[in-house]
Amino acid sequence: MEFQAPAINIAIILPVVIVAGFGLVLMILDMLMEDELRGLGPWISLGGLVLAGLQTIALWLGGSYETFIPVGGHPMVVVDGYAHFFNMLFIITGILAILMSMPYLIKADIDEKAEYYMLLMFSISGMMLMGMANDLLLIFIGLELLSIPLYVMCGIARPREASEESAMKYFLLGAFASGFLVFGLALLYGATGSTALPVVVENFTAGGVIAYTGLAMQLVGLAFKVGAVPFHMWTPDVYEGAPTAVTAFMSVGAKVGGFAAMIRILAEAVPQESAPIWTTAIAIIAAATLILGNVVAISQTNIKRMLAYSSIAHGGYILMAVAALPFSGDAVSASLTYMLTYMFTNLGAFAVIMMVEKSGNRGVLLEDYKGLSKRNLGMALILAYFMFSLIGMPLTGGFIGKFVVFQAAIDANLIWLTIIGVVTAAVSAYYYLRVVFYMFMFDGQGDLEFSPAMMTATTVALVATLAIGFFPGLWLNLARTASLASQLLMAGG
Amino acid sequence: MNVDYLMPYVPVAVLLGIALFLALLLPILSVSLGPKRPHFRKMQPYESGMTAVGKAQRRYPVKFYRVAVLFILFDIDIILIMPWAVALRDLGLFGLGAVMIFIAIFIIGDLWAWKKGLLEWD
Repeated sequence: MEFQAPAINIAIILPVVIVAGFGLVLMILDMLMEDELRGLGPWISLGGLVLAGLQTIALWLGGSYETFIPVGGHPMVVVDGYAHFFNMLFIITGILAILMSMPYLIKADIDEKAEYYMLLMFSISGMMLMGMANDLLLIFIGLELLSIPLYVMCGIARPREASEESAMKYFLLGAFASGFLVFGLALLYGATGSTALPVVVENFTAGGVIAYTGLAMQLVGLAFKVGAVPFHMWTPDVYEGAPTAVTAFMSVGAKVGGFAAMIRILAEAVPQESAPIWTTAIAIIAAATLILGNVVAISQTNIKRMLAYSSIAHGGYILMAVAALPFSGDAVSASLTYMLTYMFTNLGAFAVIMMVEKSGNRGVLLEDYKGLSKRNLGMALILAYFMFSLIGMPLTGGFIGKFVVFQAAIDANLIWLTIIGVVTAAVSAYYYLRVVFYMFMFDGQGDLEFSPAMMTATTVALVATLAIGFFPGLWLNLARTASLASQLLMAGG
Repeated sequence: MNVDYLMPYVPVAVLLGIALFLALLLPILSVSLGPKRPHFRKMQPYESGMTAVGKAQRRYPVKFYRVAVLFILFDIDIILIMPWAVALRDLGLFGLGAVMIFIAIFIIGDLWAWKKGLLEWD
């Protein structure tokens, strides 16, 4: 048979190519450069991310594209509004994470600088691939490209034992979850005859029970990445042991990446008539995630561990929107809005936590927040605002996120799930407000260490959270344009 | 739901069931009915064989893992280049370009590993 090359347009996937390419450039620089010049690493990666961001914006203004189209087949890469939105989300996460890492790595005595930023860039390129993949194989490659650098980054504070332990746990459990994902891929391929999402959706019903098993296994693999109950076991230990900068990056990037692929698969690879089956499963997982995350967070004494459980709970809120996917036209845009607000709020909270943290992984207990308002009123107020946003108080970004997610769940007639969501949000106020209580009701002393990069990151996160809280319309419209076309058709027809 | 194509596997399932049943039954019978007269030599890992020199869970150098990881990298390299080599003429310039990009990325990683001292044994 004559081979014909697939139609490829590199300009469309240029954002990913730039990010991964800059990762390679950092690798070469690390080989060639003297030690003094390695300090350039973060600036080079920032430059790469800004370039990729500009290209993403240029593409976004132009509409949506498809590329890597085999002859007579379906495109492997679809860069639509949904993918543009996620690409921007990952690029901003990367920029904020790099700004936070620069002072943090010095404070924590982690000297493997160039490697750190190189791994960060590769991880971001994997996340971006997950948003634009239109093929189960590409989703798997994106997931591995996202995960493998993260495993190493968790352990980069070597020889601190907690960091090594976190890397080992994340690696072993993550590899296990990837196994589920690949097995699911194989079963779906066997049942439907293709890995391309448009073909999978056509033959899904004919695939019968094997297709459903494959889908379930794919969901297990992705649920692990987003830390949904009952696949959340790794989250607290890994988040606590990893360097805080990595925890911040991972709690947003890996989670959002997992959801990017999960929503794409559920909206485009599964036909409408099977919706009652998988939405029930997702709704139950969401309820369990909400309850466990919010309730167990109450008993934590370490703030990183507390935020780990809180991030599990936030995954539950996003899962609520996922469960509403086939029944509500706004479900995708609701989950996108939630992820946007979660990204800024969580990264901002972690930035303040990194400023309070002392070298050697000290200063991360809730006790250490006693009297923060006396030590630095501004930082205490900013952290309090982020905590309010994580609860979902009005006039914060978190409120808008929770509002649209609950609305989508009600649209989809998931009243019981919405009630669980509201009640657990009220429960979450207890442990978030405890931090505020500690900060303002006790005396404390000692100065905080400030650095321009960390302040920039905090300011950006704060301004964005405020902007979403006070002017939600703009962001909601943005998320709505980024919604999946097929999903709107599903819910409408 | 389509179950027709599963029908040929019914004998296999029956065989599996019988095998599982026997595999469980015989040890249970042997454990519950057999006589037990344990003593030191009998309880050793290799009964009437070599005397054990130590525990199996020993620490051993991480160098072996580094080599193992490198082996996996080259292994995957071969797995991906091999199909290209087989279909070399059909794939033409497109295939050549794709493989060259792949090898270039791979070589950067190799050089980096080399520079980091991954190929040195001591």
